[in-house]
Amino acid sequence: MRTLSPKYATLIALIALIALAPLFFPSTFYYRIGALIFINGLAVIGLVVLIGYAGQISLGHAGFAGIGAYACALGPIHLGLAPVLSLVLGAVLSGAIAWLVGRPILRLRGHYLAVATLGFGILIYIVLNNEAQLTGGPDGMPVEGLGLRGLLESAGFAVKASKLWYWLAALVMLAGALLALNLHDSPTGRALRSLHDSEVAAHTVGIDVARYKLTAFVISAVYASVAGSQIALMNEFVSPDIAGFLHSIELLTMTVLGGAAMVFGAVIGATILTALPQVLTALQDFEHIVLGLIMMLVMIFMPEGLVPSLARLVRRRPR
Amino acid sequence: MSLLSVTGLGIGFGGLTAVGKVDFSVEPGEIVSLIGPNGAGKTTLFNMISGLYLPDRGRVTLDGEDVTAMAPHRLAARGLSRTFQNLQVFLRMTVLENVMAGRHLAERGPILADLLALPGSRRRSRATEAAARKLLARVGLERGAERDASELPYGALKRLEIARALASGPRLLLLDEPAAGCNAVETGEVDQLIARIAGEGIAILLVEHDMKLVMKISNHIIVLDHGEKIAEGAPGEVARNPKVIEAYLGSQGGKEAAGALD
Ligand SMILES: Nc1ncnc2c1ncn2[C@@H]1O[C@H](COP(=O)(O)OP(=O)(O)OP(=O)(O)O)[C@@H](O)[C@H]1O
Ligand SMILES: [Mg+2]
Repeated sequence: MRTLSPKYATLIALIALIALAPLFFPSTFYYRIGALIFINGLAVIGLVVLIGYAGQISLGHAGFAGIGAYACALGPIHLGLAPVLSLVLGAVLSGAIAWLVGRPILRLRGHYLAVATLGFGILIYIVLNNEAQLTGGPDGMPVEGLGLRGLLESAGFAVKASKLWYWLAALVMLAGALLALNLHDSPTGRALRSLHDSEVAAHTVGIDVARYKLTAFVISAVYASVAGSQIALMNEFVSPDIAGFLHSIELLTMTVLGGAAMVFGAVIGATILTALPQVLTALQDFEHIVLGLIMMLVMIFMPEGLVPSLARLVRRRPR
Repeated sequence: MSLLSVTGLGIGFGGLTAVGKVDFSVEPGEIVSLIGPNGAGKTTLFNMISGLYLPDRGRVTLDGEDVTAMAPHRLAARGLSRTFQNLQVFLRMTVLENVMAGRHLAERGPILADLLALPGSRRRSRATEAAARKLLARVGLERGAERDASELPYGALKRLEIARALASGPRLLLLDEPAAGCNAVETGEVDQLIARIAGEGIAILLVEHDMKLVMKISNHIIVLDHGEKIAEGAPGEVARNPKVIEAYLGSQGGKEAAGALD
């Protein structure tokens, strides 16, 4: 008997999570948290490609989320683009900028790459903050909504915005997961994972290491951009914080906590770190202490991240 | 025209010369061995030939084309492949995937096709898997191909590297101590494997300390000492060369080299 491939196992698990979670929602407010989880999950799946597959680091990916978000804010006003097309424009722009920035930056390794990407994120944040005429500066600016709800309403389906976004963000995340899972076992995925393990060996079997690093960087930038666009469209508002350092760190932490090597791990990381602060608000002042403690404990005892470590435990069990 | 030709190749590290000015060539289908005491510069020479180190002087040509300091992935596309003395296995990938990655040049395609798992992408993966399984069988690793490479013992990893190097379809294969750490039986297997690879017309440049192996399978031997070529020729000539015996004097290699002829 053949066992279920990791790709289908992951997809089924994600669909189950998406479909079953609403059964446990005490109020419609939780749909909004769910939507946020899926949006963050999308950005984090992008980071799985960069960090988990290719073994590169970025401390500046919120910068791409910022580009995606502001594309949705500015596209309709200045270019007369529909919100959806603005999202696409943002993704293309993020990909192009990632390509330009990635070429010099990805020659660096480890700490140096971390600092360079950090610099990139800060740069985007500062531009969004300072170009007040265009972006509204630190106060942020309103964003035209997707318009999907109005469309549905005129067709006779009234649906709450939070519910709509829950299902929409879930679909987009599923699509993102599918692509990332496809990539994993494809020629490109093998090239990315091999340069992660040994750049020298990858290079000598014919893998253009620089080009594939750039590929992973561009792919992950597009994921972050689409996530940023969705946040802007859902909130109908955007501020430079979306491109801020804290947001970059948040995304990185989600990736590593859940397990950078696995798409499912990334989604679990996004779920925990998006939902936990909401749950922990009951603890008030202790919220951040508990959150920090959880993160430290996971990293000490499960350095590969939650999901890969647990998966290993299950596999080791005698059958 | 020689398949590989190295002229005046040399490099230094921080003022110390690791390889002086070395000349030699490899003809198609030949097994050429590069021997010499520890620190003689054999691996450094491999690193320059395979594009990992930028030489300070000299030239490397493949089929007459100057490929000095060409990037390793472009050399691979020209038919040069290698293994590593200090293993460079993709430890987070399965045994099978390691060899599949070695077939990158044949299996790569548009990234969009890979993201969308288009039929073309899946076809390329399937062809690569079939080819990789054949190569694994050739090096005797067909069983447990789905295991993580990190679970294999040292000797098996050495053979895995050979299978991966073969997957890129080389015309010239550089093997850096493929029998190191192997017992007598495994060394015999490596010996046969190398002979079979050469039998298919793939030229081999071999670095190996096991003198019996070297003397038995080489068409031609080059002796390196302190970064300089001190002798070269057929196994018989080289083993009787006084300079070679001196370089190895007192070391196990010298006795073995002389002993291998008796
Ligand atoms: N990257 C490097 N930086 C500095 N010195 C180096 C470097 N690579 C090699 N060397 C030096 O060059 C000399 C030759 O080393 P090399 O590894 O080529 O020897 P070798 O013939 O392969 O020896 P062995 O049989 O032990 O593998 C040594 O003195 C070594 O210390
Ligand atoms: Mg060596």
